[in-house]
Amino acid sequence: MNERALVLNEAASFRVNRATLVDPEILERERERVFDVCWMYVGHESEVRAPGDFRTRAVCGRPVIFSRDSANAVRVFLNTCRHRGAMVCREAEGNAKVHTCFYHGWSYDRDGRLDGVPGEKDYPPTFRKSDFGLMEPPRVESYRGFVFLNFDARAVPLVEYLAGAKEYIDLVIDQSPSGQMEVIQGTQDYEIRANWKLLVENSFDDYHLLTTHSTWLDYLKNAGVKMQRPDRGHLLPSHGVGKPLGNGHATTDNVNFRGRPVAKWIPVYGEAARPEIERIRAELVARLGEARAARVADTNRNLIVFPNLLLADGSSVTIRTFYPLAPDRMRVRAWALGPKEETPQARAIRLDAFLTFYGPGGFATPDDVEALEMVQSGIAATYREVPWSVMSRGMAKTGEQLNSDELHLRAFWLQWDKLMRAERD
Amino acid sequence: MKKRAAPAKATRITRAEVEELLFREAALLDEWRLDEWLALLTADARYEVPPNDRPDADPLSTLFTIADDIDRIRGRVTRLKDKDAHAESPRSRTRRLISNVRIVGCGGGELSVEANFVVYRFRRDGGVREYVGRYRYVLRPERGALRIARRQAVLDAMELGSMGLVSFIL
Repeated sequence: MNERALVLNEAASFRVNRATLVDPEILERERERVFDVCWMYVGHESEVRAPGDFRTRAVCGRPVIFSRDSANAVRVFLNTCRHRGAMVCREAEGNAKVHTCFYHGWSYDRDGRLDGVPGEKDYPPTFRKSDFGLMEPPRVESYRGFVFLNFDARAVPLVEYLAGAKEYIDLVIDQSPSGQMEVIQGTQDYEIRANWKLLVENSFDDYHLLTTHSTWLDYLKNAGVKMQRPDRGHLLPSHGVGKPLGNGHATTDNVNFRGRPVAKWIPVYGEAARPEIERIRAELVARLGEARAARVADTNRNLIVFPNLLLADGSSVTIRTFYPLAPDRMRVRAWALGPKEETPQARAIRLDAFLTFYGPGGFATPDDVEALEMVQSGIAATYREVPWSVMSRGMAKTGEQLNSDELHLRAFWLQWDKLMRAERD
Repeated sequence: MKKRAAPAKATRITRAEVEELLFREAALLDEWRLDEWLALLTADARYEVPPNDRPDADPLSTLFTIADDIDRIRGRVTRLKDKDAHAESPRSRTRRLISNVRIVGCGGGELSVEANFVVYRFRRDGGVREYVGRYRYVLRPERGALRIARRQAVLDAMELGSMGLVSFIL
């Protein structure tokens, strides 16, 4: 459909065509070639715990019921009645033995089977209820509690798809003594007036930290957090790298300066929090050994699971996913994740640390949103005259690429471009 | 003229006095007189915006949109006064309408107050964003005047959605 180059990857120049962030035809193509063939994050197993527990949400643009069936297995159903299409479940969350479509009264059990049909005898004899269960996406799989769906029945298994991202998910899970993390209640659900791919870039682009987030850095400094650049080659207060992980996934991998609920105390937490953070640290060392404990506690990472899931394991742990409503608008949903066995005090520290940086009322995320909206405003009407954005930081370097370079951003765009160009049968 | 003594007991405070405080606060926030706003708070004040899907929850165990103790409230004001607080640079224009003010409880030297709010927010050419909800206040006499010990802004919307951010003080 589209002959123009969208991503130009040359020897020492990497450019992205701004039409990719503006053009409605490109969004239509993305729905088909990116979102409908990739593993898309649905939710975390801890959000539904017992048989009949459910949450309704939009995933990949589709309304779904994310639930536990009668055998307590995680299930995902398309939330549309097999009779005439109404959304069957209208509650945001709850527990139900049966989901009844209020329109004509068709009802479905926890396993998605069509259970009740008012006036069933008036259907022809060929009508079989077993043909009309709630539909499920062709594939639903999970990795360490994170549940994904795929609308492409031929997709590679999730564990294969995740490739190098698994190592970084494992680092998050290692925060929990039992290997069980849980989503903490309270959802941050907001829109940004920008293209969704700008949030991918922003979510693990450390180049913008000093300028976009100077007020957050000042807040930490004023609270007594020590920050010093490791050497003249660094823009940022600590060493960190950007790292592609295969299949378009990529991460930053940074030495921590910003504090971590598991387990690196900073003055922002207050003296009262110190013994609890030290206790968590001791548990970590006892369970994992010094080296792995230091890896978990003293490094932080922002991991993008292609195309639209961020695990930000930084000042706290955030799950953030986002989906385009239009080329210039996305809906973002974010949750906090914590170890299941965390003490009430540790949980409170975690949530407090979260809010200092992340979310629509945090000290940093709002400035990210402003940056994204300014990009969108800047390019919306100029992308023909000024067609290219530049993403070549670090390209001439040999060896490691810093988190303030753009290798990891390029990895996302190269996978995106590959999928957008792929021949579909 | 004899100057009226500072209220000694929360029980004697009238709704008119409460409204006076709330309306004054709204005016200071709309005018971005943030240091004067800080002076309306007690030394241990809290400012909270609960998540839209858990409006009655506890910030110690629930992810809020905002859950500031007095130190972070001060940090927030410092940040908002900085031109590098990009989300509010240039600043939003806001207009707060506060009504249905009720004193709903009284005890321990404190007053519980609820009020409805509509905050209209304008920024650049983005049109108007409307924040509709209810304030839950705890007020307490301190330093010779009635002051705000806790202010919680509970939004009615199911999600923040097109409101986007709460980058100003709601």
